[in-house]
Amino acid sequence: MKIKNQKDFWSAVMFIVFGVLFIAWSSEYQFGTTQRMGPGYFPTILGILLVLLGILVALPTFKHDAAETHVGEIGWRGLTVILGSVILYAVLLPRLGFVISMATLVILSAMASREFTWKAALLSTIVLGLFSYLVFVKGLELQFPVWPPFLTR
Amino acid sequence: MEVLSHLALGFQTAGTLENLMYCFIGVFLGTAIGVLPGIGPLATIAMLLPITYQLSDPTTALIMLAGIYYGSQYGGSTTAILVNLPGESASVVTVLDGYQMARKGRAGPALAIAAIGSFFAGTVATFMLAAFAPPLAEVAFKFGPAEYFSLMVLGLVAAVVLANGSVVKALGMVVLGLLLGMIGTDVNSGVARFSFDIPELTDGVEFAVVAMGMFGFAEIILNLEQKEDRSILSGKIKGLFPTWADLKASAMPIVRGTALGSFLGILPGGGATLSAFSSYALEKKVSKHPELFGTGTIEGVAGPEAANNAGSQMSFVPMLTLGLPTNAVMALMIAAMMIHNIQPGPQVMSSNPTLFWGLICSMWIGNLMLVILNLPMIGIWIKLLTIPYRLLYPAILLFCAIGAYSVNNNTFDVLMTIPFAILGYAFKKLDCEPAPLLLGFVLGKLMEEYLRRALTISRGDATVFFTRPLSLVLLIIAAILLVLVFSPKIAKKREEAFQEE
Repeated sequence: MKIKNQKDFWSAVMFIVFGVLFIAWSSEYQFGTTQRMGPGYFPTILGILLVLLGILVALPTFKHDAAETHVGEIGWRGLTVILGSVILYAVLLPRLGFVISMATLVILSAMASREFTWKAALLSTIVLGLFSYLVFVKGLELQFPVWPPFLTR
Repeated sequence: MEVLSHLALGFQTAGTLENLMYCFIGVFLGTAIGVLPGIGPLATIAMLLPITYQLSDPTTALIMLAGIYYGSQYGGSTTAILVNLPGESASVVTVLDGYQMARKGRAGPALAIAAIGSFFAGTVATFMLAAFAPPLAEVAFKFGPAEYFSLMVLGLVAAVVLANGSVVKALGMVVLGLLLGMIGTDVNSGVARFSFDIPELTDGVEFAVVAMGMFGFAEIILNLEQKEDRSILSGKIKGLFPTWADLKASAMPIVRGTALGSFLGILPGGGATLSAFSSYALEKKVSKHPELFGTGTIEGVAGPEAANNAGSQMSFVPMLTLGLPTNAVMALMIAAMMIHNIQPGPQVMSSNPTLFWGLICSMWIGNLMLVILNLPMIGIWIKLLTIPYRLLYPAILLFCAIGAYSVNNNTFDVLMTIPFAILGYAFKKLDCEPAPLLLGFVLGKLMEEYLRRALTISRGDATVFFTRPLSLVLLIIAAILLVLVFSPKIAKKREEAFQEE
């Protein structure tokens, strides 16, 4: 049997999985009594509620007259490049300083676009670098290394 | 007149040079970022929120944040009118006639009327807020833990009912949000819940991080999947200022829109959106030429714009008096208050009167600044709109990454945006609205605390929520809302209302 309403079906799966996970994790904490609720009490109840809601979402998707929806393609390229550039930024910042990590973030993330050009990416790196140096480092005095720490030491 | 002395205090607070300056910076930044297509008020606020954490005075921080909010909303209207791209649901109706006006070269009057209408609505709403807040806070003082719990149930249910899309899924999102809000140390027992031995997680997940991941990053990834396709008006803008006839035609729609927005805005959920939709429908109904709506008539811009501004301003009422966020933006405001150690609720008015009245008065000042700032700067905003998205999104990413870092001066918060970005992306693919999740996320620990207190006082008797009359009334309203939305007839109406796009 084929499930027509894919979006709702997978939403339901997501709700149920999260619900079960939270119930399982909560079981490690003291449940307590209604009068003296332990740390596990409220999350367990919410977890059960979430599973029930998940079932409510899932049930109609098995009907024959369910609306037909598809989840659509997952944009792996965008996901990996964009999120990868943010991860790299976080990893590089304390090690190589702001200038290098921001350049990595801007150039790498720009590559996710179909219309990527080196000229535009480098230019926006310079503009954004100057702007954020003036605003965030000089203006708001945010605390992070600007240049690689091993160079300035 | 007590209201006047309150307002005097407020204007004194909001009128200091520092507060005026940050209000201006907020309005300016909000507008500048809000006009960028594809960035709604939520993403704008999430991005700029950490900056306000740097301010030592909570009043100044909230004033700036409120300024960002108005600015980004007005910026959203600008993109709606000029590029046919509503930044948020509240400006969806502005697109209908605003863009048509722009195509006829009348973008100037459309933008000007939007600003003027918003200013008028903002002025009225400021006074309404000042008049309504104290009595409502009076009522709130009678609230015990049971009432607060029931109020939050009502607030969450109402937000879900008025939101777009499937109600059951939205309820699921609320519950998931409540659960994610549980992450961190339990105040009662000191147990670090769901922190998986990661020390940074014992303080819970930073609100700005959740918002950035879900509304900033996920949005970018989704936008990248679409071919760049934006119709920017290349034609010259003829005449910036509305004519006398324009003003005359707009006057009554603005007044009616303001009235609608002031009333509907207090309701939880999409106050501003609902106001804008109702105003458009009302103007179409009372107009002598309903057939002109959708072809670029100024009444279709003036009414909804006034309504959505009044509505968004009035949504501060439940936030300030009850500590109850009725939409995701208000949830962000509450998070900002808590960062500065101010527990939102009815006591804010008496314990922090300068903050309370200063914030209210700064709203009016902020609205005034919007008009002054925007009328001469419309030309510059149009220039900003021509920046292609491929140059825009790396900048958004960078500012979010810097912002996330600055919350605790820690790269951990930057990394935490990743799981929420993935979640946000999955939600969008599955048509699950992330806004209700955000509401639940903010309310999670508060709700647990009120539930716990109510049940401790009642010695574990769960019927306390039904035996206390105020609490019972709140729960009954919540139940009625749920029943109504599931009744087939209303469900169909609701669907139609959101289909007008």
